[in-house]
Amino acid sequence: MSRALLIARRELAATLSSRLGATIIAGALLVDGLYFYWFGLSERKLSAEVLQSFFYGVSGTTMIAGLLLAMRLIAEERQLGTMTLLNTAPLRDRDIVLGKFLSALTMLALLTVLTAYMPALIFVNGKVSVGHIVVGYVGVLLLGAATIALGLLGSALARSQVMALVIGALLLVPLVLLWGLARASDPPLNAVLARLAIHHDNFRPFMQGILELDRALYYLALTAFLLLASTKVLEARRWR
Amino acid sequence: MDRSLAGLTQRRARRSEPVQRENALIEITELYKFYGEQRAVGPLSAKIERGEIVGLLGLNGAGKTTTLRILSCDLLPSSGTVVVDGDDVVERPDAVRAKIGYLPDTPPLYPEMTVRAYLRFVAALRGVAPAQLAAAVVDAARQTGLEAKLDDTIETLSHGYRQRVGIAQAIVHRPALVVLDEPIAGLDPVQIMEMRELIRGLRGAHTVLLSSHILSEISETCDRLFVLKDGAIVAQGTEAELSAALLGGMRVEVQVRGDADLPRLLAELAEVTEVRAAGTPEPGVHAWTVHARQDVRERLCQELVRAGVPLVGLSRGERELEAIFERLVTAPAATAPTRPEPGVAALGEAS
Repeated sequence: MSRALLIARRELAATLSSRLGATIIAGALLVDGLYFYWFGLSERKLSAEVLQSFFYGVSGTTMIAGLLLAMRLIAEERQLGTMTLLNTAPLRDRDIVLGKFLSALTMLALLTVLTAYMPALIFVNGKVSVGHIVVGYVGVLLLGAATIALGLLGSALARSQVMALVIGALLLVPLVLLWGLARASDPPLNAVLARLAIHHDNFRPFMQGILELDRALYYLALTAFLLLASTKVLEARRWR
Repeated sequence: MDRSLAGLTQRRARRSEPVQRENALIEITELYKFYGEQRAVGPLSAKIERGEIVGLLGLNGAGKTTTLRILSCDLLPSSGTVVVDGDDVVERPDAVRAKIGYLPDTPPLYPEMTVRAYLRFVAALRGVAPAQLAAAVVDAARQTGLEAKLDDTIETLSHGYRQRVGIAQAIVHRPALVVLDEPIAGLDPVQIMEMRELIRGLRGAHTVLLSSHILSEISETCDRLFVLKDGAIVAQGTEAELSAALLGGMRVEVQVRGDADLPRLLAELAEVTEVRAAGTPEPGVHAWTVHARQDVRERLCQELVRAGVPLVGLSRGERELEAIFERLVTAPAATAPTRPEPGVAALGEAS
């Protein structure tokens, strides 16, 4: 675990000092702000609806930012030739995956914290509970963690960052669209598909300030599964 | 006890305890590595003693990098065993990794870090205690001549200095074995000389295994050579041993001032088979070519000095090493072994 933290710290420092990290954060904040202004404040709504609208917008930028932050994690190590350094150090592949994941999650948490001025505005000028804000952010972080794990798998599979992004997007889009497939399907398949969709049914309760344990477990299980898959990809590469 | 259960217990016991340590630091036995159906390495067996500087010599694609990657636990073998200081690379990779410092053909550097931060990171990653990190970094920098560059960002360093940082990261945790893949590739002549000195400076504290396709680098730096061809060792030994075995002896070029009669002076040396005049490279200096059954350079030097002959130069034949290399790597290939039977290649499955 300590070596995973070591990797996470180095990775975080590299991301913070890179133009890419700053661009992702600035871009996401800009989009969040514009979305909040146009869809949250431009018409008369209840405070709770404005907050829901905010979390809906943030969930979209979080998924995109998660993929962008994750694409470089392992693919860049391969491009630089530094993967050999990690592979030949006395640590397990799961330490590498965990360290990389934690660094991107910390970046995403930083981005999330920087959006807090918007719910604060609603809180000060309207009527929303702190619980709604907290649960909404828990949902955003769980969704972000799952997206990063998905992007990390893409990064573990790809040789370049661009390919990592493409693979991550190819994995994410079907998971999002499962919701549409669920609407077009008959029972009981529709319920299964809706449960598996990464955003719609699973994220909506968080948006509304309702903490449902099974939804949270879905995101945690998905994240754990994807991290395990990334670890297995790294292990399998040693046989090549 | 049930036989299968007994076998499982024995295997677990083997995994948890290091193999009986012998004098050899590295023991490679019947190593094979296949990429698909393509054999990259094998059959390869070798032993390397502690404190040696050993060179892996071979043309591109001979299997040098694959062998070094297996040794460094970056890659798993298809079959065979590789034991480093009593620990098997498949059974106890973490134990092996802690004992090895590896410099791949491209130094694994993070360009945005300073040399100090990078070496500190690598040392911590390889298990150096937090209290000893600063000392380990300074020590590695001193050994590689990087003291003045410690606070420079890696992306600002020249190729030569980056290569030094690559070596520094390989020795920062004071490993028993340092593995260097093509350490002088791309360096200019001055940097090559400095790198040779640096590698020689590792002698004693570390066992060094380095690869190259450049013969002069290997012969200048290493105690012993392994010549690889098509993934297998086709010859091994010291430079003199290879010369004696493959060329039937050694050729030494001698330059003396004046017209001393070398054939007569050296007639008493039993090892010398022939002495021939080789012209006058500069006014008053005569060159001779001495053929001998073995390395007679020291004896020649002693004899000539004893006879009062003004010795200007003495070196082994310039083209001799190249002739050895050429002969080894251009010889017709032996029949390529096929992939070992599943029972033989059970190493990966067992792990």
